[in-house]
Amino acid sequence: MSNIPRDLKYTKSHEWVRTLADGTVEIGISDHAQHALGDLVFVEVPEAGREVAAGDACAVVESVKAASDVYSPLSGTVSEGNAALADTPELVNQDPYGGGWLMRLRPRRAADVAGLMDADAYAKHLESEAG
Amino acid sequence: MKPVQTRLRTPLYARHVELGARMVDFGGWDMPVHYGSQIEEHHAVRRDAGMFDVSHMCVADLKGARVRAFLRQLLANDVARLQSPGKALYSCMLREDAGILDDLIVYFLTESWFRMVVNAGTRDQDLDWIRRRAAPFDVEVTERRDLAMIAVQGPNAREKAAGRIPAQHRVAALGLGTFVGAEFGDLFIARTGYTGEDGWEVMMPADRAVTLWNAWSEAGIKPCGLGARDTLRLEAGMNLYGADMNETTHPLESGLGWTVAWEPADRDFVGRATLARIRAQGCARRLVGLLLEERGVLRSHQRVVTTAGDGETTSGTFSPTLERSIGLARVPAGTGERVQVDIRGKLLAARVVKPPFVRNGRPLVS
Repeated sequence: MSNIPRDLKYTKSHEWVRTLADGTVEIGISDHAQHALGDLVFVEVPEAGREVAAGDACAVVESVKAASDVYSPLSGTVSEGNAALADTPELVNQDPYGGGWLMRLRPRRAADVAGLMDADAYAKHLESEAG
Repeated sequence: MKPVQTRLRTPLYARHVELGARMVDFGGWDMPVHYGSQIEEHHAVRRDAGMFDVSHMCVADLKGARVRAFLRQLLANDVARLQSPGKALYSCMLREDAGILDDLIVYFLTESWFRMVVNAGTRDQDLDWIRRRAAPFDVEVTERRDLAMIAVQGPNAREKAAGRIPAQHRVAALGLGTFVGAEFGDLFIARTGYTGEDGWEVMMPADRAVTLWNAWSEAGIKPCGLGARDTLRLEAGMNLYGADMNETTHPLESGLGWTVAWEPADRDFVGRATLARIRAQGCARRLVGLLLEERGVLRSHQRVVTTAGDGETTSGTFSPTLERSIGLARVPAGTGERVQVDIRGKLLAARVVKPPFVRNGRPLVS
């Protein structure tokens, strides 16, 4: 059973969002997603200052087998990409909700976060995908 | 309505599911891609011992008094090279226009019995092609769906596997030479593989597959999926049919010129005339190894920019042994050592090398 922390928000495409104290959000991929991808060997994160729209491909995670796009859950300006992943992409597998975060973003509209799925809705979404 | 799609299953299917394998469609078969960590499975084969369910591959027995003559016409490599029983040969099977129908291994068992192992995805068209040409030679082609096949690979694989086969066969099985197979009771054991490591490919009655798999697992041979099989074969510089070559490419532009037996000159194998013409004119493209010199991962169908024109990657992956990305690419014949690969719009530096990248646990490139 995959780990779905209750304090985060989620997307149907398996990204998670954490609201930080300074009003920016941290974004990563869910435990379910990292497990489905398998061992990650390369992660490309966006540079600070890049403007992204919700739904834009903003990062790439590559496992041994394949490359997958990560979609921005929100519109906004990238404040930081996780530089540690250049040398240690496996952090996304080992700690998807912690050290394996992909990018931080200043949302254009803070209220948009509330429109994302909560943990229960994401768990249901995983069940429906499995079915 | 959802179309009913039934994927084929090997005798080990239920075992893979029990072991928690991630199952994927591979040429119509439901096969394990990994059992948790593809990289750990890869290292197990390079450093110790791993095993793969390869029961999806097609084993066919060819029998008849003129089977050798038939295969000398059917295959681009020459089975006349097989003189001692059990000896195996790697060959392409070509169309008249020299396009590669499949690559395969053929074993010489007796003067009236050869055994062939062909790819799963090409099974039906191969058998059809072979049977049509076999008829004039009175060669009977029998698909051995009753057999399962497990590959045990790695520096310790043969030793570990031998401990779990019937005791009376152990010494002889361990004595098999490279690229030689033989029957041991109801097992057919061959010292072949697709990983660049020592090991066996073992055929067995389908109903014995689970028992042997479990025994080998207890002996410390790690179950490995098709994911690791792909990274291992690519490190070993071995082509994958359907990726690195297919019916629209010929052996000389697929790194397989060494498998074409031109001598004797009067052996008229299927595709020879066309291939001889291509050889005489000079081949415009070649298949090379690539080492990516920057961060990123090579994948198939990426554009390769060279001073001699563009080429294309045919396979690419992250190499767990080299801890960098490697690939195979079809490039213009005049390509030099330095090229660039277009990865999502960025041109990244890569170096042309001669495969294999890794053999017997050791890197051969740097």
